[in-house]
Amino acid sequence: MTTEFKHLQAAHCENGVTTNLLQSAGAEKLTEPLAFGIGSGLFYVQLPFLKINNGPAIAFRTMPGLIFKRTCNALNIPVFRKKFSSKEAGKKYLDECLINGQPVGCQVGVYYLTYFPKEYRFHFNAHNMIVFGKEDGRYLISDPVMETATSLSEYELERVRFAKGAFAPRGQIYYPKEKKIVTDDQMRKAIEKGIKRNVNHMIRIPGSIAGVKGIAGTGKKIKKWKDKLGPQKAGLYLAQLVRMQEEIGTGGGGFRYIYAAFLQQSHDYIPKDELLDISKIFTEAGDKWRNAAVQAAGIYKGRIGSQADYDVMGDYLIEISEIEKKAFQALGKIKWNS
Amino acid sequence: MKKEEIPQDDGALNKLTKEVVYAVDKDGNYSSELSTGWEVKSTALNLAWNDIEHRIADAKQKVLNNEASPILYFMELRLMDIGIVAAYTGFWKWTIKQHIKPTAFKKLSDKKLQQYADAFNVSVEELKTMNMHDN
Repeated sequence: MTTEFKHLQAAHCENGVTTNLLQSAGAEKLTEPLAFGIGSGLFYVQLPFLKINNGPAIAFRTMPGLIFKRTCNALNIPVFRKKFSSKEAGKKYLDECLINGQPVGCQVGVYYLTYFPKEYRFHFNAHNMIVFGKEDGRYLISDPVMETATSLSEYELERVRFAKGAFAPRGQIYYPKEKKIVTDDQMRKAIEKGIKRNVNHMIRIPGSIAGVKGIAGTGKKIKKWKDKLGPQKAGLYLAQLVRMQEEIGTGGGGFRYIYAAFLQQSHDYIPKDELLDISKIFTEAGDKWRNAAVQAAGIYKGRIGSQADYDVMGDYLIEISEIEKKAFQALGKIKWNS
Repeated sequence: MKKEEIPQDDGALNKLTKEVVYAVDKDGNYSSELSTGWEVKSTALNLAWNDIEHRIADAKQKVLNNEASPILYFMELRLMDIGIVAAYTGFWKWTIKQHIKPTAFKKLSDKKLQQYADAFNVSVEELKTMNMHDN
């Protein structure tokens, strides 16, 4: 049994799943950048006191699950979502969906995701994929980071759906409950709402750990890493920053480019030239994130490593913080009704 | 980032797939393109793995020196922390910290050993000896 389904590759897994499921639920013109922007996906936070893989806990995007939830809400598409207390119930429900021709979004852990290269298999539990059919006892899988669709055995899928640890998926599945017609006017309102919320998250959260202030905060911390942690650990921390920034599924620099693309595509719905101008500022921010990654690589490769080099690295983030602040302030000033 | 600046380096992911990136053309318009990987990223990933290899080797040495039980070794080998071990075994974190001591480990019942073995995806024999028959 296979559902009618077309695989879609995306830069980020949740964007990809959201775009694909909602395109078939009536939002035919939805693209990855539009889903990301409507879901207010851009974010930054360095969580204090928390370590991931023995390094700093930094996120360049909003909490897992929110992009899908917000985009569905904004487009008025009702969502079905369910977690399971037993593996058997999780499998039974999924199989019923597939018999009914319903492709299903699944939250999974990547540690046991057999088709991923070993180097990428950490205990990261917020990966997303679509299960769209079952043939000869194997589930047909559309994983948005892959160029083509793939498949998993029953046991393999069960193991990743019921991975344990932080963000344990508990078999979570989700899909749009019904097909709706999404009008251009709805898209306009959704875009406006998504931008306004993202402005709030990036420049109006109090405290110094989240949003543009969080970026500068990390920049200031980096300048102290060499003395505080010693060169070896400081190098590992910088490598972790780059991995969180550029790796599949996270992508800090990459997310800035997606947001820039979102603003360009928004202009097709809302012809305000500010959107195009601000898009360019996000491109600049993305480029700076990449430069910062190159500087970090110089340090963790041992090519450079003086205090001055750490200062340059920290200053990159402080500069990026200013650029993104400028961009979000400009977005906050847009007069939507004129 | 301009299309012609998209890195096309070799990386671990390249064995599996190219990745989607967004970049601008000469007129400044965005589109999605494919990248084979970026050396800056793959070096960061390699560094993380070197660190993991060190942690595994350190843990193994501690077990051989009778300073820790094999649970520490398998926790590192499976890239887990105590929280993840707790989630897979159902033991409290505090209990696991006790079991990481060699004396407490030696007193574990077969049932508890099996819970650890399952969490680490090895046999009880492998758990005790650290001699692995798979990869």
